[in-house]
Amino acid sequence: MMSHAAYVLASYAVAAATVAGLVFWVIGDGRARRRELKELEAAGIRRRSADASGGAGR
Amino acid sequence: MSENSLAIRKFSDLANPTRFLALADRVLFWFAAATVLFFAVGLWLSFTTEGDYQQGETVRIMYVHVPAAWLSMMCYTVMAISALGTLVWRHPLADVSAKAAAPIGACFTFLALVTGSLWGKPMWGAWWVWDARLTSVFVLFLMYLGLIALNRAMDDPARSARVSAVLVLVGFVNIPIIKFSVEWWNTLHQPASVLRLDGPTIDPEFLWPLLVMAVAFTLLFFTLHIAAMRNEIWRRRVTSLRRQAVRNAGREAQGL
Repeated sequence: MMSHAAYVLASYAVAAATVAGLVFWVIGDGRARRRELKELEAAGIRRRSADASGGAGR
Repeated sequence: MSENSLAIRKFSDLANPTRFLALADRVLFWFAAATVLFFAVGLWLSFTTEGDYQQGETVRIMYVHVPAAWLSMMCYTVMAISALGTLVWRHPLADVSAKAAAPIGACFTFLALVTGSLWGKPMWGAWWVWDARLTSVFVLFLMYLGLIALNRAMDDPARSARVSAVLVLVGFVNIPIIKFSVEWWNTLHQPASVLRLDGPTIDPEFLWPLLVMAVAFTLLFFTLHIAAMRNEIWRRRVTSLRRQAVRNAGREAQGL
């Protein structure tokens, strides 16, 4: 039987791990996409509508 | 007439992903800073306030469990509003918003289920019971996973947008079921003690840390949602640029 403190600790540990995982995933995803965009730009591929008319990736 | 077209133009300006990216760049730092600040105060309050005379230390689980559960429902509501945006107004950012929110909502729901289980064992004597509240939240978790799977299964965002928007709206029926499950059915889970028509029935000693943590979790959600939306816009740009590159290469090959 775990003590009450152990249940509290386990809850906060799971919460910290989940939130940290989510934050790192979002940051990592953003870095990877930005890198891909830079590579494409370096290869001379640019959006035709870099002005105000563009839809979300359309 | 000119006033009308001005209003329409302002609305479509908001729908412009390029403008959104600029806005996200400006606000993300402040959202993240506010999130950290509220978590610092919230966590400090969570561990310095008194324990409950009956529940002892385990009352502290409430400060993560309840905000996570609220956020799991709020995130789905954000997705439902986005789905309306996709179907009714064809807002270009609406689908981006719904897709970006799904994994965040799944994480908050997971957190609510796990911390609930860790609270249930010492207080109820069971990790899990199939009562209406727990089951309906578990269904919400499965719906999030289903929506994530659907979004990943379809390559073309334009095509998957409407299908997933319809599914999100159908699934929204679960949100009032979760909220009122503790009143409609006889559940082991307790009924609402904060969001009640006759005011909170919870002692201020527990209410303060709970409210500060709820604000912290809400700020965390919006920070992550804006960042994830920005990632999704970038992802779509990469896809369309790659397509464009292939088309250009094809045209050049034909020209030779």
